[in-house]
Amino acid sequence: MAKRIDVHGLTAYYGAHKAIEDITMHVEPTSVTAFIGPSGCGKSTLLRTLNRMHEVTPGGRVEGKVLLDNEDLYGPEVDPVAVRRTVGMVFQRPNPFPTMSIYDNVAAGLRLNGIRYRKSELDDIVERNLRGANLWHEVKDRLNRPGSGLSGGQQQRLCIARAIAVEPEVLLMDEPCSALDPISTLAIEDLIDKLKTRYTIVIVTHNMQQAARVSDRTAFFNLPAVGRPGRLIEVDATEKIFSNPSVPDTEDYISGRFG
Amino acid sequence: MTGRLRPPEDPGGEEERLRAAMPPGEPGPTRDLPAGAPGARPPAAPSPAPPGAAPPPAPRPVLRPPRLPRWSLAALLTGSLAVGTAAGLICRLSSHLQWGLIAAAVFVAATFGLTARVEGRRRAADRLAALLVWACFAVAVLPLAALVGETVARGAPGVDGYFLTHSMNGVLSWQHGGGVYHALLGTLEQVLLASLLALPVGLLTAVYLVEYGRGRLAAVVTFFVDVMAGIPSIVAGLFVLSLWITILDLGYSGLAGSLALALLMTPIVVRSTEEMLRLVPNELREAALALGVPKWRTTLRVVLPTCAGGIATGVMLALARIAGETAPILLLVFGTNMINRDPFHGAQSSLPLYVYEQWSFGTEPAYERAWAAALVLIALVMLLNLLARALARWKGPRPGP
Repeated sequence: MAKRIDVHGLTAYYGAHKAIEDITMHVEPTSVTAFIGPSGCGKSTLLRTLNRMHEVTPGGRVEGKVLLDNEDLYGPEVDPVAVRRTVGMVFQRPNPFPTMSIYDNVAAGLRLNGIRYRKSELDDIVERNLRGANLWHEVKDRLNRPGSGLSGGQQQRLCIARAIAVEPEVLLMDEPCSALDPISTLAIEDLIDKLKTRYTIVIVTHNMQQAARVSDRTAFFNLPAVGRPGRLIEVDATEKIFSNPSVPDTEDYISGRFG
Repeated sequence: MTGRLRPPEDPGGEEERLRAAMPPGEPGPTRDLPAGAPGARPPAAPSPAPPGAAPPPAPRPVLRPPRLPRWSLAALLTGSLAVGTAAGLICRLSSHLQWGLIAAAVFVAATFGLTARVEGRRRAADRLAALLVWACFAVAVLPLAALVGETVARGAPGVDGYFLTHSMNGVLSWQHGGGVYHALLGTLEQVLLASLLALPVGLLTAVYLVEYGRGRLAAVVTFFVDVMAGIPSIVAGLFVLSLWITILDLGYSGLAGSLALALLMTPIVVRSTEEMLRLVPNELREAALALGVPKWRTTLRVVLPTCAGGIATGVMLALARIAGETAPILLLVFGTNMINRDPFHGAQSSLPLYVYEQWSFGTEPAYERAWAAALVLIALVMLLNLLARALARWKGPRPGP
């Protein structure tokens, strides 16, 4: 099930621009790891290298290693499509497929991968994952309505249901609550707490309180200077980072002295 | 005077508006309204205060500026029409169009002037812009309405079951009767064949350009699509004529016409589809890719359905464009009065060619047939359009509740 991620000397580029440089860290299985840091420091870029979504951007390329339970994601014969099936992702803005109903959105990952299911089987999967995303009770009477008709928070939970329906082992979340109100944010955070018993979760957030609330480990990233690539400053248990960080920059950032 | 303190470019609208709303006790020194001016509302008098209450608050003119009453525009319009008619009669202008133009100009000028005087410069400019937009709308729509109206009025009497199910075989130009069946059949077959040739090429080219194309090849393809879009239809016709009929000696046929039509259709399909594909947000592609969906399936199942409506509209525009082409048909399909169901051998006819032929006969029955065939052509294109829209609505993004 949930897998451990080891990042070794990872450098990522957008064309000639180096976005992050020489990142080495690991992510524990069945736990929540938060990435924090100022805008443009490469948190999202690092997140996108973990399921090979970085290379979807034109000019995006990566040097270094990302090991998923000791298997290098950037190895010579690795299929990026297979990687993305194992490492799911939830984006900053809720993005349900506009042509599909709520039901079809949850089933999209399975159907689009060309796997044929019996109707009853698919019904079970859809219900299980909507329950898993704490959305079932709100939508069970309108599964055939378009997903775009839901509220922002519901759409985001629909996207989470869609992501976990393909049964990934790792779930990456790129600022999943930044477009949501506090109540929806709370719903998502409760959900993250529930999901971490089964998945390895990595979450990028700009909200320090959120990082403190939901994560077990926190990684702080920073830019040494404008135009320079982002670097990992430190990664440690969340309590330690928020109470007694070993690098003064981290404390400055967390206490709001800059950033 | 406060005016001195204002920057010189201030139009003075605010000042004027404030003045106009002031109680009459305070004279607006420069441009006070005459009491009986049309539309000049009596200045907002403070409502009588209840006895014993505090003195009424000062009126707040900025929030309730003077407005022209509703009927003033109708009155202005009537007045302008009267002026236009009078001017036309006095100057003995024979064209009623000139009367209308004079009335329109008077109406615009009077509306602007009056609004500027009563409501201020900003609202006057707003009204002027609105009038210009309406005028442009009318200029765009009137010819269309006139064209459709004229075609329906002249063509409708000639369209009946007989007309739609008979050819012109054995009918002489001065005789009544005859029909459009062979031309309708020809148009349908030629447009269908051209679509079969052009749609796969056009759609796949657009998908390549947007989803896969990088670097030089994509730039070259884009350039040649633009070049193709500029080819006049007669040149496309001559090209196919020289290749298909003169060099390969394959003879006149509906297919030869379809080849030329496909040449004309492809760039339109590519450009419109390209635009639509670019409108699909990247987030949807990323959402599908992040689910572990291969790129080709993402394109096929997520990207294309999302913009199906726009693509269908573009395809319909292309179809409508080629359904009305005459030049390549004249060169390559040749035209006939008989029914030829086989688009691969022998001459066929088509609706635009039929209209052209009948018109050139110059007899009354032929004129009637030309108008009726023109109506059939317009109705056909309209029908295709509605079909495509229905298809797009059925497959496209679902609107929220």
